[in-house]
Amino acid sequence: MTIRLGGILAGIAITGVLILWSLMPGLFNYASPEKPDYYAFQEENIAPEGGFPFDGAFGTWDYAQLQRGYQVYKEVCSACHSLKFVAFRNLQELGYTEAEVRAEAAQWEVPGIDPKDGSMIKRPGLPTDMFPSPYANEVEARAFNNNALPPDLTLITKARKDGVHYVYSLMQGYNEPDPEDVAKSPDFETPAGLYFNEYFYNINIAMPPQLLDGIVTYSDGTEATEEQMAQDITAFLTWAGEPSLIKRKQTGWFVIGFLLFATLLGFMSYKTVWASKKAEKKNKAELI
Amino acid sequence: MSFAWANSYEPKNDFTKWLDEKLPLPRLVYNAVGAGYPVPRNLNYMWNFGVLAGFFLMFQIITGIVLAMHYSANTEVAFGQIEHIMRNVNYGWLLKYAHANGASFFFLVIYLHIFRGFYYSSYKAPREMIWLLGVVIFLLMMATAFMGYVLPWGQMSFWGAKVITGLFGAIPFIGEPLQVWLVGGYAPNNSTLNRFFSLHFLLPFVILGAVILHIWALHIPGSSNPTGVEVKAESDTVPFHPYYTAKDGWFLGLVLSIFAAVVFFAPNALGHAENWIEANPLSTPALIVPEWYFYPFYAILRAFTGDLTIPFTGIVLIEAKLLGVIAMFGSILLWFFLPWLDKSPVRSGSYRPLFRIFFWIFVVDMAALFYLGGAKAEEPYIVLSQIATAWYFLHFLVILPIISQIEVPKALPFSITDAVLGKKEPAAPTAAEPAE
Repeated sequence: MTIRLGGILAGIAITGVLILWSLMPGLFNYASPEKPDYYAFQEENIAPEGGFPFDGAFGTWDYAQLQRGYQVYKEVCSACHSLKFVAFRNLQELGYTEAEVRAEAAQWEVPGIDPKDGSMIKRPGLPTDMFPSPYANEVEARAFNNNALPPDLTLITKARKDGVHYVYSLMQGYNEPDPEDVAKSPDFETPAGLYFNEYFYNINIAMPPQLLDGIVTYSDGTEATEEQMAQDITAFLTWAGEPSLIKRKQTGWFVIGFLLFATLLGFMSYKTVWASKKAEKKNKAELI
Repeated sequence: MSFAWANSYEPKNDFTKWLDEKLPLPRLVYNAVGAGYPVPRNLNYMWNFGVLAGFFLMFQIITGIVLAMHYSANTEVAFGQIEHIMRNVNYGWLLKYAHANGASFFFLVIYLHIFRGFYYSSYKAPREMIWLLGVVIFLLMMATAFMGYVLPWGQMSFWGAKVITGLFGAIPFIGEPLQVWLVGGYAPNNSTLNRFFSLHFLLPFVILGAVILHIWALHIPGSSNPTGVEVKAESDTVPFHPYYTAKDGWFLGLVLSIFAAVVFFAPNALGHAENWIEANPLSTPALIVPEWYFYPFYAILRAFTGDLTIPFTGIVLIEAKLLGVIAMFGSILLWFFLPWLDKSPVRSGSYRPLFRIFFWIFVVDMAALFYLGGAKAEEPYIVLSQIATAWYFLHFLVILPIISQIEVPKALPFSITDAVLGKKEPAAPTAAEPAE
């Protein structure tokens, strides 16, 4: 009885405090809102027509697309963005041969140590090296980029909400602001050194438009439109973020198939084990 | 312990006879989860989640031990070490995703297990100790899961740790030194990561110990059942093995199939994208929220937005933050008092018409708290979470004691056997066995 009485008193006390000191002032503020209108960014990302080849439970990599995407990273993105968790040897997963990977790695300069005097030098990359960062450190990166820090791209498709479609949308988001929305948002402006991009959470992004038509010349002859390059770089970065994606899905079908089969056998033995008890119930019901 | 008609263990060959004399471990297992444990025959599928919780505890311990072999608790390398596991360790991606989603499934089955307890009043005498130990296990799980989420050292890891350890700073007088002592600094740092890793490794074994006590306490009165009527005769029970091992077995297969679907096809669906960004103490995420299984309690924490003041004087008695902390811890600690708050002699919600209505309102309330805990801290979510929080406390502290006093329960079946075999002659409600 004491516990119940104490409980009731405690319950009334805590709800009372909540209602009188938190809820009532909150409701009062809620009833008299003053919401500044601002130019909201586009939260709904776009997707390419027909989706990506790696989408869905049966998705696969399109190796030609991944290689094109790698070319875009190498010739455009890598000027400012690192890819620090990917090694050159991983490129073999894109369908390159060992010799091609070796040659590719050698085209990159990575930090090294001079074997003669121990000084810091640049040397050609080896397959075991990780992709080098374009900047020595964060201070240098910011100094070159109007005080913005270009993020590492390894995990970018996982580190943003709906990341795959976000990257694809952002690459094509450098449109003109909607005049109607601009009229509704008195504070809207795009400061010098920033660029309007409707998919960026801050509306104005420090990265200038990159995928200008024809900025790369694809070695497989595909026409390098903005949309094509956006698809390809998104596919490449999806692979970079999760190289095990396709293997994971394929393993998943095998595991689920096995588990469902085991579940079926388990269910059948459950039915067998309980058969006599269920029959008892049936017999009794018939007797009544 | 157990019932007079329980099967007794008979060692079959010379080795088991020898072992039974020296160390009767097979006898212990036989009596605990074998044919030697008689269980009510009428358990429904809500009684499967205890075994599932035990399975996920072992699953987390095993995947966790293997992950620990590849992990490194140092803020300089921890984030990269997770990528090492994802990329370079054979099937490391599977281990990582299985462990992260395993925590979610562990909590999912635990919540269903707890709500089974709420509906069928599993906490009532003579099973109070099982319930109390269960609440201890749940608190240990929360601590373990929280510290585990810090280990990848992503943005949510860091900022989640900062917010949750900051709660201790709300305690008057000793709060700030206590927080610094717990964290090992003024903000989460390498010392924090090291001690969290150490405790995250230790606590699962403490949970295992508490689970053994939980099962021990269970075997004294035996399992409860959906009628809430105690076992009266042998015909009310079946041996745990093979009857419930078979039932738990196939159901485990079903749950594991769903688990596999999440691990292999949507492993990041229950997580936060922010945590794939390395921790950066200089950049605060727009929205700091814990993992989904903490949402209801996070909603309760955030519901208290106003300081408790003496009206018109501006004197602050208790700050809003401390109120939130008290309410959040109180919301779980009050479960310890549940056996004594609800004094209705009838256990099963199925025979308690008034209780049943409020039980389902409470389920809706809890679902709302789950949603609101993950929502942005803006209107209308704040007001809604305040209403839902108020209802949470009213339900346990005011409504349950009152309805247990005024409710007229439905007639109970005379026995489990009658309930199963459909005998049409219910005993009068007064004849119901009191819960005392």
